[in-house]
Amino acid sequence: MSAPSMSHTTEGALSKRPNIAMRFLRHPFWGNLAREPLGLTGFILIGLLVLVALFAPLLAPYSPNRQVLSDALSAPSAAHWAGTDEFGRDILSRLIWGSRLTLRTVLSVSAIVGPIGLIIGVVAGYFGGWTDTILMRITDIVLSFPSLVLALAFAAAIGPGLNTAIIAISLTSWPPIARLARAETLVVRNSDYVSAARVYGAGHLRLIALYVTPMCIPSVVVRLTLNMAVITLTAASLGFLGLGAQPPAPEWGAMISAGRQYMIDYWWVAVMPGIAILLTSLSFNIAGDALRDILDPRHDRS
Amino acid sequence: MARSVMKSVASMKLGQRVIQLLLSLLVLIAVTFVIGRVLPTDPVGTLVGELADPEAYAAMRARLGLDQPVLVQFGHYVWNMLHGDLGVAALTGNPVAEDLWRAFPATLELATLAIVLSMLIGVPLGLTAALRRDTWVDQTIRVISLVGHSVPVFWLGMIGLLIFYAILQVVGGPGRIDVYYEGIVPNVTGMILVDSLLAGETDIFRNALTHIILPASMLAYAAMAYITRMTRSFALEQLSQDYVIAARAKGVSPAKILGRHILPNIGVQLITVAAISYGSLLEGAVVTEVVFSWPGIGQYMTSALLIGDINAVVAATIIIGVVFMLLNFLSDIAYTLLDPRTKEAA
Repeated sequence: MSAPSMSHTTEGALSKRPNIAMRFLRHPFWGNLAREPLGLTGFILIGLLVLVALFAPLLAPYSPNRQVLSDALSAPSAAHWAGTDEFGRDILSRLIWGSRLTLRTVLSVSAIVGPIGLIIGVVAGYFGGWTDTILMRITDIVLSFPSLVLALAFAAAIGPGLNTAIIAISLTSWPPIARLARAETLVVRNSDYVSAARVYGAGHLRLIALYVTPMCIPSVVVRLTLNMAVITLTAASLGFLGLGAQPPAPEWGAMISAGRQYMIDYWWVAVMPGIAILLTSLSFNIAGDALRDILDPRHDRS
Repeated sequence: MARSVMKSVASMKLGQRVIQLLLSLLVLIAVTFVIGRVLPTDPVGTLVGELADPEAYAAMRARLGLDQPVLVQFGHYVWNMLHGDLGVAALTGNPVAEDLWRAFPATLELATLAIVLSMLIGVPLGLTAALRRDTWVDQTIRVISLVGHSVPVFWLGMIGLLIFYAILQVVGGPGRIDVYYEGIVPNVTGMILVDSLLAGETDIFRNALTHIILPASMLAYAAMAYITRMTRSFALEQLSQDYVIAARAKGVSPAKILGRHILPNIGVQLITVAAISYGSLLEGAVVTEVVFSWPGIGQYMTSALLIGDINAVVAATIIIGVVFMLLNFLSDIAYTLLDPRTKEAA
């Protein structure tokens, strides 16, 4: 029994720094995921969503903007699985095309917020002192802002649109990531392998980029995934209030808003897009939970 | 000696926290200034209309102080705000502060009932989940709160209205009260539930309750998800502590361990969670109010959004932001004052 652990320690001592890619591939994660039915479902749903968005032109039975007024507000049927809206547009096709807008928002915000939060957090934690104080003070201030309301005001000032929504959501969602990255940095900053690299003459930039930052990535990824659920909901709220992608774009929140006045007699117009939002946000939440349980054993499942 | 040192450390932290609060408020005001005065392409145009003659345009520009340097404008902005002057709303023609003062109690009433409901349900659910860890009970509670965490509240509200109002007719519809009850109760607090009780009008109280119960439950469900998860993880942390294991070994019943040991120990943490949830409920109310035609800050803000009344939007943002920050501040203070462990740590 002691042989594997022996080889493990020698390996650890010889390698210059932990190789994140190999660690990721060899990680028991893949085996663990198979034993987490709920988490696996989340990943499968996200995979499906990505496929649907990629192949929207092939999958959608109709054009998302094709209006057939004689078919307006018809109930779900074999021809229109999710029914049609007030202009006789096929709701399923609009949902399929709308997945592109949702994914674009979620991915864009994550791509903006992840690196910004990571850099601010790592720099604050690595240098400490005044740098840390100033950066974390700013982070705390932004963290204390009401993000949805601020996004609304921002979108109102510069005019509605998908890009506005992306910027508005990004503005207030980087602080939790910065805090997390800082906390992780504080843990690894003084560890032996970092000190060793420092003794060998590695500069700040090298230490930060190759030795500290990679260690923060797993927990940042977990946080980003959980964050995607929040982004999906915020984007839908902005769309619902008319501040996201503009008509006739098949934005899910805007579709709910349009279906509101038909709710009593033609429920499917508003209900169907809501199911799409719920499933998307649910899969991000489940996947994020599973990732945390597996990648980050220090945190208890909550 | 040691005690007084600790006390001074605690009060220094309090001072720091106050400074941080003031700093946050200043930054919030600066951000809203940028949003309200710098970003909009033509704030004068939205007020006087696109076809106004140049003289009226220039007069309005001067009246708004837009011909002055930005820093001077910001100074005026802060000065006016400190005097409660948030500008005039294009929508109603009233001073924005007056409008908000009227709308705020409705939002407060809704969010308060929601936080009470969500704590009453969320905390017991979280404790149950922790006690029955990894059983089907735990899993069920986990799924319930996951859905609450993931559902768009405004959509859930619409479905709630469809089922409980339109089909089953067990709750009141949109609005705070039936039309024929409006304006009867004297306005004391602005919260109809309180005002109707003060006036002794139980019919009106009951009517208002049927109206508020649906939006409040929908908001509560979303907040409950977070409260349940946090309660569960706090309780699990306590359950693995030596004192709980010792109590169990002594044969103390689980109910007693919960009531006598765990709840007092996680109480302070729960207060923090409640404060955070309360803040996010105020925010969540913004969109929910639109669905339920609830005449609070959210509806005021969104109708202002639609006509581009940036004054009203910015003022509503500030009000919600200030309350949000104060709640965070109070929860931090409560944490420091109530939890002896934070003093030792300091």
